[in-house]
Amino acid sequence: MFQNIGEMLILFWRTLQALPLVLRHRQKVMDQMFEIGNASLLMACILSFFIGGVLALQTGPVLAERGLSGLLGGVVGISLCKELAPVMMSILIAGRIGSAMAAEIGSMKVYQELDALRTLNINPVHYLVLPRMTAIAVALPTLLLFAVLTGWLGGAVVAHYNQSIAISFATYFNNLEEVVELGDLAHGLFKTFCFAVVVGLVSCHQGLVTIGGPRGIGRSVTKAVVNSIVLILILDYFLTRLLLYFEE
Amino acid sequence: MNTPENKRAGVKVTVKGLQKAYGSQTVLQGLTFEVAPGELFVIMGPSGSGKSVLLRHLIGLETPDAGEIHINGQPLDGGQIMDHYRMAMVFQSGALLNSLTVGENVGLYLSEHRLKPPAEIQRIVREKLELVGMAGTEDKLPGELSGGMKKRVAIARALVVEPQLILYDEPTSELDPLIAVTIAEEIVRLNDRMGATSIVVTHDRDLAFGIADRLAILLGGQLRAIGTPAEVRRCADPEVQKFLTTDFRFKPQT
Repeated sequence: MFQNIGEMLILFWRTLQALPLVLRHRQKVMDQMFEIGNASLLMACILSFFIGGVLALQTGPVLAERGLSGLLGGVVGISLCKELAPVMMSILIAGRIGSAMAAEIGSMKVYQELDALRTLNINPVHYLVLPRMTAIAVALPTLLLFAVLTGWLGGAVVAHYNQSIAISFATYFNNLEEVVELGDLAHGLFKTFCFAVVVGLVSCHQGLVTIGGPRGIGRSVTKAVVNSIVLILILDYFLTRLLLYFEE
Repeated sequence: MNTPENKRAGVKVTVKGLQKAYGSQTVLQGLTFEVAPGELFVIMGPSGSGKSVLLRHLIGLETPDAGEIHINGQPLDGGQIMDHYRMAMVFQSGALLNSLTVGENVGLYLSEHRLKPPAEIQRIVREKLELVGMAGTEDKLPGELSGGMKKRVAIARALVVEPQLILYDEPTSELDPLIAVTIAEEIVRLNDRMGATSIVVTHDRDLAFGIADRLAILLGGQLRAIGTPAEVRRCADPEVQKFLTTDFRFKPQT
């Protein structure tokens, strides 16, 4: 495990060193971003619409019983943008995009394509890792914005049409506007950016260290997804502590 | 054959005491040899004798446990050697990038290093593909090609580098005799035309004796014979003789 962490930190450092070359690889970055957006936008929106809905469904009646249903917009708004959307979107992307990254790079490793790149004096970190890391670090926070908006909408729909809550859209969104600040959105965006780096790094690293044939690729994909999710959840706690410290 | 003029394009490769082991298995046991600039040098040996591992060391894909490799007197282990000398390798499987078209694969070196404008790259790609008899395949994906075609595309990709050292890993394996001969002719022609130092790893005796300026026999990680084809044929080592003379003729010829 410590070897893996060490290797990932080295990979991260090499990717950071290669950042000035990102403009040279902009076409690859755009391709990867299209891949991430195209593969995940609809899924992200559907997922967060229902997360927002469930959140409203769970908390709405409890608040309504106490005559506090007018606060539902703020509860859903804050929970989604600071916690639920960043974590859920990152887990979704780890499953959809991280696995694809690990599989693609892993199969390139197994079938000597990475060796071929090296013999052409092309650095695999510049060619493969840099565009993927950049794309995911930009695309995931962008996805978060869509996810947060659809999540809020999902909460609003449930809050309005559910008989036990039944508040107007205006009440819901007024409270949301009152409670949620730009800083809360920045909080979520920052966390998502960190999770994106983790997913990209873990997935690319697992791809690069793949050994064996198809079984090895399968193992790398599984490890990429599981390790990403575990790291996201652990990192979430520490990032929340850090951000709360700064907000105080 | 190479003229003294074009021989200058090639590099001298010096290997001293090269050793490599994976766990408890020793693969290369203190290999020492030299390849002259522009020479077509063949390393021959049975499967599992360490030929491909040796080749991977010669282009820096593996790090030796002990010993040194020098290109024109400069050590290979620095990792900067590729910036000073143009080197290329043709892999046994071709190792084409499956997500790129044939044209993109062949032009990859030029486009990634931004050495030529796109139109010029297209022209060079067409020219190199024509050279290996693969004209008109630019838009195909590697998955649409046969094994022999992949190998020829891999050779075209290596040629784009205009290498001073070109390494071939089992260039004729898995190919039918006709294509194998075409590939062999291609290797000799390119060596003559470009003057690049060529190192070919193979277990194909016909190919080895047909194209080599000099050849070496690698058995169990040790170089057992080295010299011109005629000198190697005269080698008295019984293991070498067994490798060179064993054939498929089990039944009496009529």
